[in-house]
Amino acid sequence: MAEAATPVLDGYNFAYLDEQTKRMIRRALLKAIAVPGYQVPFASREMPLPFGWGTGGIQVTASIIGRDDTLKVIDQGADDTTNAVSIRRFFARTAGVATTTRTPEATVIQTRHRIPETPLAAGQIIVYQVPIPEPLRWLEARETETRRMHGLADYGVMHVKLYEDIAQHGRIATGYDYPVQVAGRYIMAPSPIPKFDNPKMDRSPALQLFGAGREKRIYAIPPHTPVKSLDFEDHPFAVERWTRRCGLCGAGDSYLDEVVLDDAGGRMFVCSDTDYCAGRRADGHTGEDAGE
Amino acid sequence: MSGPLSPPGLGAGFADPVGDAQRSFRRIMDAMARPGTVVEVGGAVMPPAPLMPATAAVLLTLADLDTPLWLDPISADAAGYVAFHCGCTVVPAPEQAVFGVFADGRRLDGLGRFAVGEADYPDRAATVVIQVAGLGTTGGRRLSGPGIDGEARLAVDGLDDGFWAFQAGNRLLFPLGIDVVLACGHRLAALPRSVTVREA
Amino acid sequence: MYVAVKGGERAIDNAHRLLAEARRGDPATPELSLDQIDQQLALAVDRVMTEGSVYDRELAALAVKQARGDLIEAIFLLRAYRTTLPRLAVTCPVDTARMSVRRRISATFKDLPGGQVLGPTFDYTHRLLDFSLAAGGGVEPVDTPPGAPTAPTATPKVASLLASEGLIEADDADPAAGPAGDLTRQPLTFPAGREVRLQNLARGDEGFLLSLAYSTQRGYGRSHPFAGEIRMGEVAIEIVPPELGFPVEIGEITLSECEMVNQFKGSRTEPPQFTRGYGLSFGEAERKAMAMALVDRSLRAAELGEEATAPAQDGEFVLMHSDNVEASGFLQHLKLPHYVDFQAELVMVRQMRHDAMAAAEPGDG
Repeated sequence: MAEAATPVLDGYNFAYLDEQTKRMIRRALLKAIAVPGYQVPFASREMPLPFGWGTGGIQVTASIIGRDDTLKVIDQGADDTTNAVSIRRFFARTAGVATTTRTPEATVIQTRHRIPETPLAAGQIIVYQVPIPEPLRWLEARETETRRMHGLADYGVMHVKLYEDIAQHGRIATGYDYPVQVAGRYIMAPSPIPKFDNPKMDRSPALQLFGAGREKRIYAIPPHTPVKSLDFEDHPFAVERWTRRCGLCGAGDSYLDEVVLDDAGGRMFVCSDTDYCAGRRADGHTGEDAGE
Repeated sequence: MSGPLSPPGLGAGFADPVGDAQRSFRRIMDAMARPGTVVEVGGAVMPPAPLMPATAAVLLTLADLDTPLWLDPISADAAGYVAFHCGCTVVPAPEQAVFGVFADGRRLDGLGRFAVGEADYPDRAATVVIQVAGLGTTGGRRLSGPGIDGEARLAVDGLDDGFWAFQAGNRLLFPLGIDVVLACGHRLAALPRSVTVREA
Repeated sequence: MYVAVKGGERAIDNAHRLLAEARRGDPATPELSLDQIDQQLALAVDRVMTEGSVYDRELAALAVKQARGDLIEAIFLLRAYRTTLPRLAVTCPVDTARMSVRRRISATFKDLPGGQVLGPTFDYTHRLLDFSLAAGGGVEPVDTPPGAPTAPTATPKVASLLASEGLIEADDADPAAGPAGDLTRQPLTFPAGREVRLQNLARGDEGFLLSLAYSTQRGYGRSHPFAGEIRMGEVAIEIVPPELGFPVEIGEITLSECEMVNQFKGSRTEPPQFTRGYGLSFGEAERKAMAMALVDRSLRAAELGEEATAPAQDGEFVLMHSDNVEASGFLQHLKLPHYVDFQAELVMVRQMRHDAMAAAEPGDG
């Protein structure tokens, strides 16, 4: 279900970036893959979209994408949110690539805040947009310090913080951007995905690339790499659960958005992953709010 | 689109610099992300001897004026080719290089001298291309680590026995260490510093 | 029945059309030309060129027009365009001692070789709204004072007058230093060299630098500054074409330069002498150059063995937050949907409230 071709923009390089910039980013990507979870600094460029709106992901995608690729762009799990539309259109115009909303058809998926519900396959690449790549930043503001901590694998401060959460709240009070440890070494920010999505990163057959444009960092998780959400033996990591199912497709296994229907406390829950939800409905599944 | 015209004797670079570099990069990235995978690159690339097309493809894809390159004595004659097609500076010492090339896997003098990165910046480490006589994915060494589902196999011909001892030492440096690309004709495989290699 | 929000693409197109309409305003009002912006809003153009990091008055004027006068948006437009430009050559360092000076003042000496030249300045204007401008009045011609130079001559730098007595630190290029860094080609890392810091400050937001500089004047990292010299005028741009091997002038640009002279008590290895803070901007952007010079000096605290306790002395704090294109983008990204994260927080807070209330039940535990 590829979308209709968008006219390609004249006068700009393929995928906007010049070749020298792409080489610089490609070199950073290879180093990021060789040292899983480590944040490689790169000379991030000003893009025609604002910093904070996906410029890191856009630069990574622009450096890997080719004419044979099929691109999917999601924001909050949805293909039709305005920023996803804007980024998808940017690549359709500057690279002339085919785009899709179907997760299995995509060769490259650029995402903000979600991992699709449909399991990713070998050969697919998922590119995460990252606002703050440093998982230790909220505990230590200084880059020189956090770099030293990563260098020495000195992660005591993170464990203390999580432990204090448990002491104070009885649980680890982090719902999204929940820190992970990659291949037993680097602690890494998974980007602000809900912790519901963390288990999907673990040993995924897809290649996972992360771009932080404003913070000028690239990092990666090669396929099949162990990704462990930080926890304690007596307080194991657990994901969110809903007592409700998707009101449209009836799914009980997907991440749900809460939609406020009226000002009298009316609520319904729907899949955040619009493609997953549409696919289930096409297969005949319905939820209790789907109407006739 | 056509590549830069080469003066006589300088071989051929990418015919389609943008498209060829992109396709070549994706395969190199695939090799680096999944150690034990052998990929094909450098279809129409014609470097001067002793450079193999796969070696030339790596340099054409990744090297430029920001990346000093070290060539071993056997491949020193290719300096004109890489200077013309990549614009990179050829440096006399491995310590100064971002990329290194060994034309013959049986002669690896200087392999231990490349930058392995620093604790705060492990990315500041070299990528070294080593040309070998054969690459296969059945039999051979057993690879494990990031990018590998359980175990992968890599059989390499024409590589000095000392290389594997070096590689084991390089693995112990992790997250520091060099990253290695093994090139053979139009094919290549990668051994990032994260890979653990055991004998068959 | 609930229908998921669709039509993002159409909404975006419509928003763009509304923006174009708002930009134009009332069609009965004559449209601004780029010339008018360049000539009559020249200081806006100067700021956009400085922080946009491109010296091109026409492009900067276009950016100001397209951005509806929002200068930070205009700076962003120019920066994004800059990304696509090839690097053709690197110029020789400009020699501001050879500037054709239109303005030159020193607060440290009553008079000095080359004289004090006020030039076109807001200083000493009484800030009274001039209603004759609203009516579109003409401009009186300026009398050229007798004896004023007609051709540019080199004007000696105030700092070099002090240097001849050894009263101020040298500022010769360090022969041991490598080529100057370039933030547009290498990411910022710490500790950053002074040349990289200066590049960052030159591109940095004027308001941010102004406030930081002000904080040093109020005691947060006091550096006892004197405005040694402020000059503005035209300097030649030269390159050395490889085939020629000698410098060739390719044009001139307007620069504002500020050299602050700061007190320094001396250290174990250095006798007491004055130190420097440096500021430079494109066009007429004197306040920016002055603020930059104060912040440059305060960022040298560690190098000069001073205790660094104030925000303006903290390189990581200053350099990581000076860029308004980065700051504006990240601030405004809060407008993007965050409902997935918010849902995660909702689930968490509800669960924690549930736990807390259960724990507070009488008779429990």
